[in-house]
Amino acid sequence: MAKQNAIEQDGTVVEALSNGMYRVELENGHQILSHISGKMRMFNIRIIPGDKVKVEMSPYDLTKGRISFRYK
Amino acid sequence: MIFLKTDEEIELLRESNILLGKAMGEVAKVVKPGVTTAQLDKVFHEFICDNGAVPGFLNYGGFPKSLCTSVNEQVVHGIPSDDVVLREGDIVSCDGGCILNGFNSDSAYTFPVGEISPEVMALLRTTKESLFKGIEQAVANRRVGDIGYAVQSYCEQRGYSVVREMVGHGVGRSLHESPEVPNYGRRGNGVLLKSGMTIAIEPMICLGRRNLIFESDGWTTRTADRKPAAHFELSIAVRKDKADILSTFEYIEQVLGERAI
Repeated sequence: MAKQNAIEQDGTVVEALSNGMYRVELENGHQILSHISGKMRMFNIRIIPGDKVKVEMSPYDLTKGRISFRYK
Repeated sequence: MIFLKTDEEIELLRESNILLGKAMGEVAKVVKPGVTTAQLDKVFHEFICDNGAVPGFLNYGGFPKSLCTSVNEQVVHGIPSDDVVLREGDIVSCDGGCILNGFNSDSAYTFPVGEISPEVMALLRTTKESLFKGIEQAVANRRVGDIGYAVQSYCEQRGYSVVREMVGHGVGRSLHESPEVPNYGRRGNGVLLKSGMTIAIEPMICLGRRNLIFESDGWTTRTADRKPAAHFELSIAVRKDKADILSTFEYIEQVLGERAI
C-alpha cells in the first residue's frame, strides 16, 4: 500500500488563529497547525477560513506545517 | 527510526513476500472482463487466510478490504466493490500485502483486462521497467534520491508523469516504516541506504498529467484528467552490490504467460 508523502499537501483553512497561525484541514482529514510562509507575509497575502491552500509538512512532525500557496 | 533487518528477519520477510506472490498469482487467474473487484478481493483474502497468514491491509488505518483494486484512472487505494465490473480494455492495479511470522509484505501489479490499447500497454511496460531501474539503485551507500531520480527520469523521458503525493516506504514489522521512498528525486539527496534496510519501491505513473484527486471515500485516488495510471511494487532488501528482491512476480507471470507485462 502506498504511503502518503508528508511533504506537500493541499488543505482547507478551518480557523484563523493569531500571529499568522492557521488550523488547516488536509485532504486526508488531519487537522494541523500551520503558519503562513515568510514570502506570503512579505507580500501581504491574506488567508481567511475556507481558502484552499498548499501546506508543506515535515515528515518528522506531521502536526505542523507551513502554508506556501493560496489557491484562487 | 530506520530499522535494519538481520539476515534471519530478511528470510522471514521473503517468506511473507513469496506467499503474497502466490496470492497475487491467484488473483491473476481470475482477472477477466465481467469480474467485479470484490471478487478479486475475495480470492486474495481467502488464499491469504487459508495459508495461515493475515491480510496486511484489512483494517489498516480503517481500510475496509484486503486488496486495493484501482481501475484505469484510479491510481492507488481503490476499494473493491460489487458495483465495479471490469471490462475489456480496462487495467486494474492490484496492491496487496500479508503478515506472516510478524512481517509485512507489500507488492502490486497492474493487470490488463482482456486486450488493451498499445499506448496503455506501453505505460504498463515503462512503469514496470522503471521499477527495476529504481531497484538497480537500491544499493548500500546510495541514497533514496538516486532511486527516485532513476524512476522519474526513465518515465518522464518517455512522456509520462510521476505521482508526487504517494511514495514508497520502508517495510518490516510495520506496513509503513521509515524511510519514505519517493518516485522522484535528485541524485545524491535523501536518506543514505544501508545494507539491511527493507523498502518497498512503488512507481505510480500516469499517462497524462500527474495531478491527483482524493475521492470522497477517503481512500481512492484518481488522476485529475482521468487518464490511466499504472502501479507496480516490489519489496526489496538493500544489500552491498545488488538489491535482494524479496517479492516476486513469477506466480503472476506464470499465469499471464505471454500476456505478462
